[in-house]
Amino acid sequence: MAGPVLEMRSIVKTFPGVKALSDVTLTVRQGEVHAICGENGAGKSTLMKVLSGVHPHGTYEGDILFEGEVCEFKDIRASEQRGIVIIHQELALVPFLSIAENIFLGNEHASGGFINWHETLKHATELLRRVGLTDHPETRITDIGVGKQQLVEIAKALSKKVKLLILDEPTAALNDEDSGKLLDLILELKKQGITSIIISHKLNEIRRVADSVTIIRDGKSIETLDVKAPETTEDRIITGMVGRDLDHRFPERTPFEGEVDAAPALEIRNWTVHHPIDQSRKVVDDVSIDVRRGEIVGIAGLMGAGRTELAMSVFGRTYGRHAGGTVLKDGKEIRTKTVAEAVQHGIAYVTEDRKHYGLNLIDNVNRNISLASLDKVARRGVVDEHEERQVAERFRKSMNIKAPTVFEPVGKLSGGNQQKVVLSKWIFAGPDVLILDEPTRGIDVGAKYEIYTVIDQLAAEGKAVVFISSELPELLGMCDRIYTMAAGRLTGEVPRAEATQEVLMRQMTKDKEVTR
Amino acid sequence: MSTDVTDKVPASAPPGKSGGSASGENLLQLILGGLRRNMRQYGMLIALGLIVVLFQVWTGGDLLLPRNVSNLVLQNSYILILAIGMMLVIIAGHIDLSVGSLTAFVGAFAAVLTVQHGVAWPVALVLCLVVGAVAGSLQGFLIAYLGIPSFIVTLAGMLLFRGLTEIFLQGQTLGPFPNGLQKLGNGFLPEVGPNTNYHNLTLLLGFVLLAFVVGQEVRARKREQDFSLDVLPRNAFLLKLVAIAAAVLAVTMLLASYQGAPIILIVLGVLVVGYGYVMRNAVFGRHIYAIGGNLPAAKLSGVKDKKVTFYVFLNMGVLAALAGLVVAARLNAASPKAGLNFELEAIASSFIGGASMSGGVGTVLGAIIGGLVLGVLNNGMNLLSVGTDWQQVIKGLALLAAVGFDVWNKRKSGS
Repeated sequence: MAGPVLEMRSIVKTFPGVKALSDVTLTVRQGEVHAICGENGAGKSTLMKVLSGVHPHGTYEGDILFEGEVCEFKDIRASEQRGIVIIHQELALVPFLSIAENIFLGNEHASGGFINWHETLKHATELLRRVGLTDHPETRITDIGVGKQQLVEIAKALSKKVKLLILDEPTAALNDEDSGKLLDLILELKKQGITSIIISHKLNEIRRVADSVTIIRDGKSIETLDVKAPETTEDRIITGMVGRDLDHRFPERTPFEGEVDAAPALEIRNWTVHHPIDQSRKVVDDVSIDVRRGEIVGIAGLMGAGRTELAMSVFGRTYGRHAGGTVLKDGKEIRTKTVAEAVQHGIAYVTEDRKHYGLNLIDNVNRNISLASLDKVARRGVVDEHEERQVAERFRKSMNIKAPTVFEPVGKLSGGNQQKVVLSKWIFAGPDVLILDEPTRGIDVGAKYEIYTVIDQLAAEGKAVVFISSELPELLGMCDRIYTMAAGRLTGEVPRAEATQEVLMRQMTKDKEVTR
Repeated sequence: MSTDVTDKVPASAPPGKSGGSASGENLLQLILGGLRRNMRQYGMLIALGLIVVLFQVWTGGDLLLPRNVSNLVLQNSYILILAIGMMLVIIAGHIDLSVGSLTAFVGAFAAVLTVQHGVAWPVALVLCLVVGAVAGSLQGFLIAYLGIPSFIVTLAGMLLFRGLTEIFLQGQTLGPFPNGLQKLGNGFLPEVGPNTNYHNLTLLLGFVLLAFVVGQEVRARKREQDFSLDVLPRNAFLLKLVAIAAAVLAVTMLLASYQGAPIILIVLGVLVVGYGYVMRNAVFGRHIYAIGGNLPAAKLSGVKDKKVTFYVFLNMGVLAALAGLVVAARLNAASPKAGLNFELEAIASSFIGGASMSGGVGTVLGAIIGGLVLGVLNNGMNLLSVGTDWQQVIKGLALLAAVGFDVWNKRKSGS
């Protein structure tokens, strides 16, 4: 076997307040395809940013050895000069420039500041052939599909004389056919002597292209396995990914005492949604779920599974293009074409991205809480500020929002307190069904516990709660039932008694075959 | 350091204690502390005060002569009307470049109706407002429902309405207007009651206004106490009341000792109070702040963003029409060149008054203060016979200074 081309030793990377990487060691051999696996937030992307100089030398601890030399990259340019090129999950192409212009962006074939178009086009055509594209290099990026764009990114990497190619979830946005082509290309490049690191959630992909896999969990490298060895099964990889113990504390559930109706509070049937731009892609594919009063139902899934897209498309069609399926409330079909309609029918959606979709950060606590239900504090279109303030004060106390007054701009609050404001806003709307999307993301342990308590209380009051989360222990600790999704499809439904991290992860990493 | 001391004083001073015992120094610290914490709110008001004082000195007292104050109001009324509407547009995260041309267009329309066709002026007035509403809603429709950027739509509107005005007037100036309409631009409240050397109705209105404002302040303070919020200590509150009363009385006496309050000032007063109330207390106003502050979040909260945007532009059209009538009435003629650069003055007023380029921030009162800063600069420099060339330079610098101060202040408090 060839020796190591890359060694990352004991890498530690700290962001203000968070330790993203606490001890990662990664060894990649010359000419192999090396997969990196781990849950959302395990630290995979951060590690790659350290390697490519996005986080420059000095902002992390530990050593990087590339081709036997210690490297201290101060920016991306420095790492690219050594032949390390990263292709990010979100493509970094300029849509209205041509393929050729994009390939050589920042690296133009030029003399005296003027571009040599002949050279540019000739070179671009060669590179495109290497990645298997036959499009004319003067085609604009917007006019080719996402799959081809990904290949253009690789052509761009090749133009930089790449030795180590890093792909961050390269197939997340691609359909099956394009994914297949891309994986073939990675194997083809391997034959040409290019080493690749591929970050992926899809275990079948890893088995197809990778030689070895390193598992990262909670900012630590857990182990490196030889993919070709017979004992490295998908189960074995999953065990490595979820090995975390259930040391999170969860409040005691108070069971819902009221009568449970025959029909579920919310039922979604055969829901299908297409990507808003790339209409050939099904982001949510024939999903059916239901939730009853007093029940907390979890939806587990990795990045790109379509959980948020499912929730947002149901909530006033705020994502994608609806392509089929119905929503039933208490057994009756309802229209949820606009947010107002969804709210009227007693549905609330608490976003995963509170800063962009949840709060008006420059406005105060008071007004953020009332925004979704101004009708409740207004008479004939005029807001009763007296009443509005009383409502805000009530939530400030009951939710323990730590703000000096309700007139504090929410932008100045901590993440946990911002989350409590978003929750207050939707609880005040008085819904029967609450869809909570990653309600504890990015907040500290104490605030998490408080939010769990609130969720329990909502269920005990007879609300139906849909709980979307990437943290499996959280779902296991909180939910009565857990659905799993992968690549837009529903891949399983597990009752609380049978749910373990391994069972869920196995279904979350299932790519093709649907078991229902 | 000293800032800490002054910052803590208001909070620690017991609100119930009588004002007599507070030493002068203590009160001064209190005021300074309050100012420091509300830099954004009071900054422009103080700047306006400083500008007034400066020009009062430089013009040897001419600035605040009753006749000039009256003039100041008449000269700036239409920009202030436009600034109110523009503030709403900017808070919603948009811009409107067409209002200058639209004022000219409506003026021309009014002239054609009343001068050429002899339509009675109240009818013409209503028709003009309707035309403004139609023009505003057309632009609003393109912006809100078709998603064309407001900059583009209103830039087109700016060219279009200017062109239509010239076609309408065939390059001529059209006038004079009927008496009733002229009053809108130049008229004063009628004389009533015995001869007191002052304008009685104006005095009466001034006192009513004073009672209203003081009443509001007292009620607001009481409410905040009910919620056990920190309120100004009593002596500072009294000082604030005295300052407000002094300002209201001073303006009242100034106006009353000349020809009385201009009619347009009353109109403007109603607009300021009305729009201030809507922006602060109405659901519609809240929704404007919400879509300007964070559009995706507002949408996900069920705010009908398109409808709100549409009405904001419709409203701007109506206010532009009103301003157009006032300009035409004041000049007593409709001219193809009327309202030139008014949109820029209105936009500048809004930004001087605390609006933000990214939307979601600003108040109606801020727009008025911003408009007055520009107005006093204009008027003062005219009195000093500064040429229009230098006037432009100075107004440009004033805009830069105001917004620069805002940015600096925000960065300071943010870090």
